[in-house]
Amino acid sequence: MQASLSLSVSNPAAIPRSSHGFESSIPFPSKPVNLRFCGLRREALGFSSASTYPLSTSRSSRSVARSNKVSASLGSANGSSSAPKSFDYDLIIIGAGVGGHGAALHAVEKGLKTAIVEGDVVGGTCVNRGCVPSKALLAVSGRMRELQNEHHLKALGLQVSAAGYDRQGVADHANNLAMKIRGNLTNSMKALGVDILTGFGAVLGPQKVKVGKDTVVTAKDIIIATGSVPFVPKGIEVDGKTVITSDHALKLEFVPDWIAIVGSGYIGLEFSDVYTALGSEVTFVEALDQLMPGFDPEIGKLAQRVLINPRKIDYHTGVFATKITPAKDGKPVTIELIDAKTKEPKETLEVDAALIATGRAPFTNGLGLENINVATQRGFIPVDERMRVIDSNGDLVPHLFCIGDANGKMMLAHAASAQGISVVEQLTGRDHVLNHLSIPAACFTHPEISMVGLTEPQAREKAELEGFEVAVAKTSFKANTKALAENEGEGLAKLIYRPDNGEILGVHIFGLHAADLIHEASNAIALGTRIQDLKLAVHAHPTLSEVLDELFKSAKVSL
Amino acid sequence: MAHLLQTSFLPSSQCLRPNPDRSSSSTSSPMVQISRRRSKTGGAVQAKIREIFMPALSSTMTEGKIVSWVKSEGEKLAKGESVVVVESDKADMDVETFYDGYLAAIMVEEGGVAAVGSAIALLAETEDEIEAARSKAAGSGSSAASSSPATASTSADPIPAEIAAPIAASAPIAAAPVAKLASAVHPASDGGKRVVASPYAKKLAKELKVELAAIAGSGPLGRIVAKDVETAAAAPVPVAAVTAAAPAPAAASNVELGTVVPFTTMQGAVSRNMLESLSVPTFRVGYTITTDALDALYKKIKSKGVTMTALLAKATALALAKHPVVNSSCRDGNSFTYNSSINIAVAVAIDGGLITPVLQDADKSDIYSLSRKWKELVDKARAKQLQPHEYNTGTFTLSNLGMFGVDRFDAILPPGTGAIMAVGASQPTAVGTKDGRIGIKNQMQVNVTADHRVIYGADLAAFLQTLSKIIEDPKDLTF
Repeated sequence: MQASLSLSVSNPAAIPRSSHGFESSIPFPSKPVNLRFCGLRREALGFSSASTYPLSTSRSSRSVARSNKVSASLGSANGSSSAPKSFDYDLIIIGAGVGGHGAALHAVEKGLKTAIVEGDVVGGTCVNRGCVPSKALLAVSGRMRELQNEHHLKALGLQVSAAGYDRQGVADHANNLAMKIRGNLTNSMKALGVDILTGFGAVLGPQKVKVGKDTVVTAKDIIIATGSVPFVPKGIEVDGKTVITSDHALKLEFVPDWIAIVGSGYIGLEFSDVYTALGSEVTFVEALDQLMPGFDPEIGKLAQRVLINPRKIDYHTGVFATKITPAKDGKPVTIELIDAKTKEPKETLEVDAALIATGRAPFTNGLGLENINVATQRGFIPVDERMRVIDSNGDLVPHLFCIGDANGKMMLAHAASAQGISVVEQLTGRDHVLNHLSIPAACFTHPEISMVGLTEPQAREKAELEGFEVAVAKTSFKANTKALAENEGEGLAKLIYRPDNGEILGVHIFGLHAADLIHEASNAIALGTRIQDLKLAVHAHPTLSEVLDELFKSAKVSL
Repeated sequence: MAHLLQTSFLPSSQCLRPNPDRSSSSTSSPMVQISRRRSKTGGAVQAKIREIFMPALSSTMTEGKIVSWVKSEGEKLAKGESVVVVESDKADMDVETFYDGYLAAIMVEEGGVAAVGSAIALLAETEDEIEAARSKAAGSGSSAASSSPATASTSADPIPAEIAAPIAASAPIAAAPVAKLASAVHPASDGGKRVVASPYAKKLAKELKVELAAIAGSGPLGRIVAKDVETAAAAPVPVAAVTAAAPAPAAASNVELGTVVPFTTMQGAVSRNMLESLSVPTFRVGYTITTDALDALYKKIKSKGVTMTALLAKATALALAKHPVVNSSCRDGNSFTYNSSINIAVAVAIDGGLITPVLQDADKSDIYSLSRKWKELVDKARAKQLQPHEYNTGTFTLSNLGMFGVDRFDAILPPGTGAIMAVGASQPTAVGTKDGRIGIKNQMQVNVTADHRVIYGADLAAFLQTLSKIIEDPKDLTF
């Protein structure tokens, strides 16, 4: 049904209500664009008229189309598009992280002359100080865990004795991976003809960017994608040796006997997995009353039972770390804790190291936002649902977009990239609003945690507000042949859905390869596929994907 | 999740908690794990106060953790209502009551752990009985908070409580003097005000039921680490034993000349064994083994905690595996006793004596666990805590005096075994090789004493040849 729908849309003649019917004479590009478009939900069809903007292949006709687009999208002709002056670039992206990279690649594909500005290293946080090197460390920790789990190995009939590791070797693996991915990213952009401008980028004025000290570049549109840095609460003194952030931890310069991890979100949890596998003992310090806030409570509970309780980890919840002093003069790292509610001093921890994993702060200082009258909110650049920057009067700033961690909508690398692609779609004549509820997230512990959409409490709250019914289905990895063959039956998949129409509201998975399994659900949400249709889809046997197969099949849709 | 647990109080009380008093009273329902309880003060059977037990939520569950109490003390309960959320080894589950009544007293607080079948709360039938229930809970409550086996019997019935009490009491008494000693040498404890223990140490202490305050930490800045807890747990009530043993070593190192000192028990045993050995016809065969490769291997894996003793024991065991007769013994003068396992005893000098801790199945254990095991045995031997099976099950003995620079010696065969090997120091030696060159190689001399009734010269020679091959090409040792 979706397919037929998209067909009708992709044929401009079939849209009589289009106000741009006259443009139907322009040959409609028949490339993958249409296929992607069919992915939009039925609700999103309101935007379909936008698709009839000419996505022409010639420069001149594009500029016409885009001036149309700008005035349309801004809703007011404020003259910004008045002067058809010539620009150095069609698009300048400030920040060559994963968000900027994704946007640049898509922009080139769409025929835009694109430049990307990078003041540090290509790849940004994800590639250099985040997801990528941490995956290298987690790959090591996963193997160490397997090799150390005698019980598990014995059950498989394997004998391994005294698994050990070489810290520098592990650190090198992480660093080499980051370098390799950084090289790949750089080469992919160079190969496609994206200009990489080296220097710190700042917005000088509308459609004007300063790169480094005195180079000024103009562009039709600007995307800010400057990302984030580790957030360090005040009172905490980071020395980079014994009190560290994820930036330092990923270099794995030492493996402390006992490390306190402040914050039990994704970052803290992943590092606890790495450190405990390498022999450290871990103490979590969490300000909220529960570990792993942000995860679906049921998944969180199970994860705690598997990832925390049996490991060499203890925790303090409901406490703030008000003061953390690095180790010096033979004294250990001290962490002063106060009760999060009463603010009364509770305890002082003495540990060998402390990792600050309290989240990330947007990196937006020195961006010249004052030149365009934009005020950040707690450092984040305010944007609307189309990533268009909002100034301090609440008006949209023309030709300026912000994606990724800097806007704080969803601080994930792939979300930044998706936002960037969404912006390029708009710039090239197709309105597009990214459905953030379809963006999956994963935590690469052993086993992994992944999720997409709403948690159960969020779904129930929404249901109450909007007056629909919510149902929950669950399946266990214990019933999955492949999981049992791997001797990894620990795990749960949970589906939150509307029994009245079969809409998926959220899927949460804890178990072997959960991060890879989530995409069936996230794609279904993105494409608007309903459970009743998914039930008929076929999964190879025996695979872990059958966990989701069973999950969908166990849902009861009253249609 | 409550629906998963319709039979929340499983009908297993009878088998889990055999209670003669209760079964004879016949007033309690056998189907329900809320047992009735006789009031001692009331005289007549009241049967109005029931215990709520930790249910068995899965077949593998032995203890459960109270995640949260849904009801608070004094609250009215209706049959089928959730009372408490219990975390088992698999999941969190709501536990319901099968009786109407009042939650009189909570005996295991949130976060507490209780063994399956032990009482976690009392349920009063009427409001008037809440007080009575509470006083009962107070009587047994202090010990009910823990999950020791003593708890179950204490709270189960007033009569065994009296028996259980001294047992429970003995633990704190034993711990008390240690605690005083510990705090003095515990720099991180801030004068005993706080306990600094690593996360794993805390977990272990809970598992092994060791009082952290009673342990002196050996970690950085006096922190208690897992090893300390394990040591403490392995040393049950050592106070008396240690003090009793203390004078002996003191005397040994500080002998008063011109006096006669009687044998200690251990020295007496050594004396008897040595005499007995005279009845065994022994002979000796020596061999010189080049150790360059072994030394290199040792250097490489020393950092992983591997000791030379463990390497030698492993090499010997592997050689014995190929020559079972050298691992045999003659028990009755008429037969060979071929031992089923290769247990290498290693002689260790300890204060005032000699003991031979045994590395059991040394041919089958890997070198790392063998090294760990050896360290553990030596520590135990020094603390005089070896169990009999840890020193008298050897089938072949190693005696090494190489560390003193002794280059060769011979050993007396311990009774009940077939052979003992005396190991000398490995020393750089000028060696002529077959191709006519002279070089320096590290060599050590070994000398085996064997019982000639079962082990003949050719047997020993072949064994020693195999051993020297293993030591000269030690790649098999690390498997």
